Amino acid sequence: MTLRIIEKELVAGMTLKLKKNLALSDSGFVFNPSSGDAYSTNPIGLEIIRYLKEGLDKDKIKALIIKKYNVEQVAFERDFSDFINTLRHLKLNDEDEEA
Amino acid sequence: MKMKKPKLCIAVTGLNAIDSPGPGVAVIRALRESRDFEVSIIGLSYDSLEPGIYMHDMVHKTYRIPLPSSGIKVLMDRIVEIHKKEKLDLIIPNFDAELFNFINLTTPLEKLGIRTFLPTIQQFEERHKSNLSEYGVKYKIKVPRSKLIFIDSEIASLSEEFSYPLVVKGKFYDAYIAYSEEQAQSYFSKLSARWGLPVIIQEFVKGAEVNVTAIGDGKGKTIGAVPMRKQYITDKGKAWAGISIDDKKLLSIAEKLIQNTKWRGGVELEMIKSANGEYYLLEVNPRFPAWVYLAVGCGQNHPEALVKMAMGQRVKPYTKYQVGKMFVRYAWDMIVDLKEFEKISTQGEL
Repeated sequence: MTLRIIEKELVAGMTLKLKKNLALSDSGFVFNPSSGDAYSTNPIGLEIIRYLKEGLDKDKIKALIIKKYNVEQVAFERDFSDFINTLRHLKLNDEDEEA
Repeated sequence: MKMKKPKLCIAVTGLNAIDSPGPGVAVIRALRESRDFEVSIIGLSYDSLEPGIYMHDMVHKTYRIPLPSSGIKVLMDRIVEIHKKEKLDLIIPNFDAELFNFINLTTPLEKLGIRTFLPTIQQFEERHKSNLSEYGVKYKIKVPRSKLIFIDSEIASLSEEFSYPLVVKGKFYDAYIAYSEEQAQSYFSKLSARWGLPVIIQEFVKGAEVNVTAIGDGKGKTIGAVPMRKQYITDKGKAWAGISIDDKKLLSIAEKLIQNTKWRGGVELEMIKSANGEYYLLEVNPRFPAWVYLAVGCGQNHPEALVKMAMGQRVKPYTKYQVGKMFVRYAWDMIVDLKEFEKISTQGEL
């Protein structure tokens, strides 16, 4: 018998509400003032976090990233899903997240 | 015209800085940064190797005082002797183990013109580690399940009530995480020999260690409070680095506790935030913590507020602090002349 962790998918039209007080810097340093935890992300990660903070939904972020970086849709879907789950895992999202 | 700041002579204990450092030097550092008064600092030490004794830019003069076990009268006699020479305005004790004596001396000290700003005996007694379960019930705060043990034979049966790992705590200081019965036995012997009985067995709660340094006015109002998340923790469980956090729930727990207990003076709440966001109270330390200078760095000078309240001034509560300020502790080797060590060791003052 296997135990499978089912991560919540962010489907089209949905966004991930990040904590309002999340602090970002241009270097990719992300600080969660509620827990005191700090992380670093690469420029694309930072870009996506900024889009999420602006309230952009998955479709809009997808369009922007695919256009700018010429990435394949399948690759975007997979990496975006991983990234969103990482943000959730790190508790950087608001409790009543998806809008 | 610039007003001249009043100068206060303040005696401070807790000048030690071993792996479990005392808060004295941090308190002094905060007092020296007061905008409203100047200070002459008198150190009160128990041991000739407390580093604060030799920090002459922080402590003007140090006197040895008798160990808390010597009793109230012996301590009072020594304070009277020091007061004759130094004209103390205030004493800020910083050790849990000495607080009982100082609280009991509040009135006689006041008669000499020496102020303090300490919790009451009831506030001090009820928050003892050994009373924490009742404390949690009384003030509606979650505390990890605990049990007091008086003999080592009780350890064998602990597995019926607790699962390993569990925390073995000394009556006054020190705590160890025991992963097996053998470890629990060993820690019991160590702690009972050092701090006496009972030894406290506590459920291990996994989570982030978060602390609050705060000060209460004795009427239920919180004058200041800064929450901190431990970032670097020593094997003694002490924060060697920490960061101020924006945790409203934690602040609210601290404010409610100060309100309900009418806490008077400095206090540190040690808590664990579990993975599901629940807060468990581990300890209530009845004085400022060694990391209290972080509060100053965040814009709240708690030791300064304590002095003002002790001197009878009204103090406006702090309403904000900077989030994301860190402290990173450093151990510094001072070079000390043997003559100085000789003087404090033989004459009891330096």
